[in-house]
Amino acid sequence: MTDHILSVRDLKKHFVIGHEGTVNRKPITVKAVDGISFNLHAGETFGLVGESGSGKSTVAYITVGMYQPTEGAIYFRDQDLFADSKGRPLALKKEIQIVFQDPGSSLNPRRSIKQILELPLRIHQPDKDRLTEVLRLLEMVDLPPDYMHKYPQSLSGGEKQIVAIARALATDPSLVILDEPTSALDVSVQGKVINLLIRLQREFNLTFLFITHDLSLMRNVASRVAIMYLGKICEVAEAAEFFQNPQHPYTQMLLSSIPVVSEEEEAAKPEKIISTGEIPSPVNIPQGCSFHTRCPYAMDICKRVDPVMVETGAGHVARCHLFEQPEENLTQVLEAEPGPIPQSP
Amino acid sequence: MAQQVNVEGFASTMTRQQVRELQRKNRRENLGRAWYKFSRNPLSTIGGTTVVVVVLLAIFAPFVAPYPEHAKPFTDFANASRPPSWEYPFGTDEIGRDILSRVIFGFRFSLSMGIVVLVIVVPVGVLLGLIAGYYQGTWIDTTVMRITDIFLAVPPLILALAIASVLEPNLFHSMIAITLMWWPWYTRLVYGLASAQRNEFYVASAETTGAGTPHILFREILPNMVSPIFTKISLDMGWVIIIGSMLSFVGLGVQPPRPGLGTMVASGAKYLPDQWWIAIFPALGIVVVVLGFNLLGDGLRDLFAAEEA
Repeated sequence: MTDHILSVRDLKKHFVIGHEGTVNRKPITVKAVDGISFNLHAGETFGLVGESGSGKSTVAYITVGMYQPTEGAIYFRDQDLFADSKGRPLALKKEIQIVFQDPGSSLNPRRSIKQILELPLRIHQPDKDRLTEVLRLLEMVDLPPDYMHKYPQSLSGGEKQIVAIARALATDPSLVILDEPTSALDVSVQGKVINLLIRLQREFNLTFLFITHDLSLMRNVASRVAIMYLGKICEVAEAAEFFQNPQHPYTQMLLSSIPVVSEEEEAAKPEKIISTGEIPSPVNIPQGCSFHTRCPYAMDICKRVDPVMVETGAGHVARCHLFEQPEENLTQVLEAEPGPIPQSP
Repeated sequence: MAQQVNVEGFASTMTRQQVRELQRKNRRENLGRAWYKFSRNPLSTIGGTTVVVVVLLAIFAPFVAPYPEHAKPFTDFANASRPPSWEYPFGTDEIGRDILSRVIFGFRFSLSMGIVVLVIVVPVGVLLGLIAGYYQGTWIDTTVMRITDIFLAVPPLILALAIASVLEPNLFHSMIAITLMWWPWYTRLVYGLASAQRNEFYVASAETTGAGTPHILFREILPNMVSPIFTKISLDMGWVIIIGSMLSFVGLGVQPPRPGLGTMVASGAKYLPDQWWIAIFPALGIVVVVLGFNLLGDGLRDLFAAEEA
């Protein structure tokens, strides 16, 4: 696990949203994240892509400590991240920072940019001169120094997000979670923010967990891409391999629905798979493979048995019955009974 | 000599002096803009002026009132029940006291009632609401909010009557009664605001960065509800004064011969309609104070609403 900066094993997060029945009250749960595993290598940009409701933001929130997972294990280097932010040591909070989707909500409207940037400095770098540091942070993200006396409402959406990025970097973290950092922004500003992020990553040797629904963005930014569907990861691959040789039918469906302009790009896309249906409700996840309701290749087994991750190439894994041997599959079903679940200490 | 903050390798250089000046300038501009907006609204200006005048009258009552001694135990049966005249602008009451002087002194009781009650009620209510809202969905939330509900269910007049019958009826005890019934309104208001703010991502950001709970409560969340709290305080000044006058009217508040406005209305009510001035002028006094605070409150609300837009 040496070069893994983040390792996630069988992570689950189920939210109880209510109860049904009057006598035998059973909790109704949303399986936002339902057993996902992945590793982040130091210095890479790991793209976690999925439709809304696929649980990708929940993964981000667990990693940064906003929620405690229901089950599974999550480690930063060799430190346990099972606890939420209340139970984590300060040193861990310094290392993992997040940039939220909506900078309007993530920046306190009643605090000036200076106050916003000073908070992480006060907590994590108490010895440094704060004014110098605030100015350094503003320089770092190309904002003029007099912005420190402004309040978020007088900044544009892009500038707000840039301030949020500066705040995340104020603690000098090694892992930054980007939770759809550009999807609330104008297209014209998106590029600027992405370029800034790439520059900062190089400058400070950051690892990005980049959460997005924008696949075409991942093509340019990510080193590896994982696709999430209803709380589970369908496919993980190196970015180049992912876009050239998608294995999972869901990935193929997503890639073939990226809008393109030129014939060239059209030719580069995988065989057209018409997107059908909508993502089912995570309260009521279909039996077997959760994708079988929309899958053009759905077989009988897909309705009964949830597939397991299969390696289809170097560093390329997909979770689909198409890649499993039937016999192998049967034994896996038999062995699929829950093994020891990693618990937090 | 101002210390130079020179960030290595970067072009921007600012002295601490410049930074501080810029900060001061921004603050001045913001205040100036707020004052401009406030002064442009005729209702809030009238309300604000009324409040300032009433407060000044109350503070300087012994110097402003034509007959300051009439606020104390005093009788002058020769001049009893005189109608309004140049000598006694609001007339005199049944034992010859100048009503104008007594109304001016009455402002003192009304305002001190409002101020004392709110000074106790606002911090307590706001703190409880903040905590309950921040720990939304936990046992802390449930405990605080159910206690709040219980207090809200107690009828204020009956509580005041109960306190007055156990203790003795006076201004202080009526303040206790109003204080006991008033804090839950602030808890409820702040609870609603805090539980909304709690889910904003800036709170999550502060939490995951490692900010302490006091910082999150008082520096992050509280500043976002200053405007509704101040609006409510201003409107509540009027309400507390009305309730205080009500308690005085039924004999539970300011005791005669002290000039509580409600007390004066009560004793003057016996002489209606012939000697109308004995009850009407103290009643108008209540109306003026309450109206002033209400208009000011509305003005503040508009001001804050405009600021947020």
